[in-house]
Amino acid sequence: MQALLQFGRNGLRQQAQSKYLSQALRGYASKELTVRDALNSALDEELARDDRVFIMGEEVGEYQGAYKITRGLLQKYGAKRVRDTPITEAGFTGIGAGAAFAGLRPIVEFMTFNFAMQAIDQIINSSAKTLYMSAGTISSPIVFRGPNGAAAGVAAQHSQCYAAWYSHVPGLKVLAPYDAEDCRGLLKAAIRDPDPVVFLENEILYGSAFPVDDTILGKDFTLPIGKAKVQREGKDITLVGFGKMVGYNLEAAKELEKEGVSAEVINVRTLKPLDRETIVNSVRKTHRVVCVEEGWPQSGFTAEIVATVNEECFDDLDAPPERVTGAEVPMPYAANLEAAALPQVKDVIRVAKRCLGR
Amino acid sequence: MALANASRRLAQSLLRPLGSAQSPLGALGLQQRGIAEPAAAEDTSLTVEVRPFSAHRIEPPSTTVTTDRAELLKFFTSMYRMRRMEIAADMLYKAKFIRGFCHLYDGQEAILEGIEAALEYTDSIITSYRDHCTHLGRGGTVVEVMAELMGRVDGAAKGMGGSMHMYKKEHNFYGGQGIVGAQIPVGAGLAFAHKYREDGGVALTMYGDGAANQGQKYEALNIAALWDLPCIFIIENNHYGMGTAEWRGSKSSSFYTRGDYTPGLKVDGMDVLAVKQAMTFAKQYAQKNGPILMEMDTYRYHGHSMSDPGSTYRTRDEISQIRQLRDPVEHVRKLLTDNNLASTSELKAIEKDVKKEIDAAVDKAKNSPIPPDEALWKNIYKDTLGGKMKGLDSSVKIQL
Repeated sequence: MQALLQFGRNGLRQQAQSKYLSQALRGYASKELTVRDALNSALDEELARDDRVFIMGEEVGEYQGAYKITRGLLQKYGAKRVRDTPITEAGFTGIGAGAAFAGLRPIVEFMTFNFAMQAIDQIINSSAKTLYMSAGTISSPIVFRGPNGAAAGVAAQHSQCYAAWYSHVPGLKVLAPYDAEDCRGLLKAAIRDPDPVVFLENEILYGSAFPVDDTILGKDFTLPIGKAKVQREGKDITLVGFGKMVGYNLEAAKELEKEGVSAEVINVRTLKPLDRETIVNSVRKTHRVVCVEEGWPQSGFTAEIVATVNEECFDDLDAPPERVTGAEVPMPYAANLEAAALPQVKDVIRVAKRCLGR
Repeated sequence: MALANASRRLAQSLLRPLGSAQSPLGALGLQQRGIAEPAAAEDTSLTVEVRPFSAHRIEPPSTTVTTDRAELLKFFTSMYRMRRMEIAADMLYKAKFIRGFCHLYDGQEAILEGIEAALEYTDSIITSYRDHCTHLGRGGTVVEVMAELMGRVDGAAKGMGGSMHMYKKEHNFYGGQGIVGAQIPVGAGLAFAHKYREDGGVALTMYGDGAANQGQKYEALNIAALWDLPCIFIIENNHYGMGTAEWRGSKSSSFYTRGDYTPGLKVDGMDVLAVKQAMTFAKQYAQKNGPILMEMDTYRYHGHSMSDPGSTYRTRDEISQIRQLRDPVEHVRKLLTDNNLASTSELKAIEKDVKKEIDAAVDKAKNSPIPPDEALWKNIYKDTLGGKMKGLDSSVKIQL
């Protein structure tokens, strides 16, 4: 009725026609999927595929997920497979670790990885190290997932990036998806992987939609763990990043193109085991590299990329490797200061130009 | 004043735990453990009264326990083996065959022996770093323990874990944990898996009085109680958390009551029959209802570890008195000999055999090779993905 009033009779017919048209087109053209739905569909499919998989965390069930990543799953799979926990990270992470030792496949959700610090002993000393200590007899097919790093206006205790901490530890695999394809493929791979996987999501990206095709939407679509992706090809400079920074690097590349610079954007995807080969091959081609992350600079993840480039292709460099990182401060609350504490696209462009000697 | 009283209370209770209200001898302060019914001529069975259990929110099991010659001989041999193995470990450590940490279990044998008598290998166990005898109880061998302590290939973890990290997956023994208290929620996770699979198994999560104040214990208890997990929380209360007596470390030493809504029993942990009785009861309870707390009143003769003489925070008198009055191996010996179920010479022969067995195992372990260089890079990941790990400098990259 409202539509009739809004569009009039002819307008309504046009509206209906265009809706029908766009629905029809969706069958042929590429679809779009939000990061949230990508994660949700991945969890859904893996719960259906393997009885041993279950999800555990705060508000994952009745609340439909603090960020709605687990929406609908309790209704579909029941309380045995989707477990709301009390606010006791050390306890429920340890329980997840034990369940994995016994051969189940837990997915432990941390509302954010800031809260995982309460449980980090279980992640590292129980899950990461036990396969080694037991000479290969006790494995940990467990996934720890949740949002990592800066959000918006949540201040210092809720904004830390843990990429450096987790990627430091042998025995862990650490993934950081960027788009919907990454989220589906890497999460499904993580759940199927027999080792403990730390899956670092980004809250800001949850609502972002990316194009997907039927391959990506396939029930058995996985991406290889341990392989970086050349997200955009280029020849003048390499921009390396993970998660949200891949998007920033792509934007920077678009801007740089207007000035005649062809930037290659590497989407790291797997922080550990790090695909050094793809990064180094790119730098051998472009001779210049800028590494971008939101985390702090000292002992940060980008420090590892710089060390790698230095060790493996120093002679191919035409300029010292550069980094763009978060400022070395606990995250401030005020919006202007928060923005100043984090890399922006303009910072990537500025540093890339400096690297190019412009 | 309160602290001095607490210290005195502990000293008294070590010799006479759980009271002995039912025994007139107990009222006199004498330490007759149980009044045994002597066996009839051909009958090798024995009925024993164990010390009464202290109970929290639950009706305790009966204190009347039936056993027989065969079972008691098994207990004797097995506990004596544990005892001699730990003593051998002590000597090897002092001779520098064993490095790092070495936490010995002698004095506490009755707990594991009683547990294994009540459980199957399809039930799961996780414990602390004081795990050498746990490995034996779960069907491991003395060679595996000794070789692991010496970092050799025939060790329980092929030399990769050492004293604190022994495992036997096929018998559901999940270690061996170095971080005090971290095993507690992991054990609840093992119980979770039993319940998830509906396989009827229970999980034991074992820890000491030192760990009993850890927050994660209460987090695990809360979830176990909410989700009715078949988890038996076992506090091996040897009254000292490293060098801290329980009255200095815990505001309340009534550990069996500290599960609040979770029922608990306090058991004479130096009496293998009491432990077996209590654990049989606990397993049935946990299978049907969910978590239960079992406080095992026990004692360790050695210090916390080999670097602790064990005498700066307790008296040598205390240690020797407990040895005289409550030793778990001697208790079983007395039950056998006092009731004519075995002769002294028969038991001496068993002791001789066990000593020979330990000596042979130590020899075999000493001759076991050290791990090959390649072992450094094994089992970091179950699926290596064909990746490489970095070595000591940039030129070293190891293909997994």
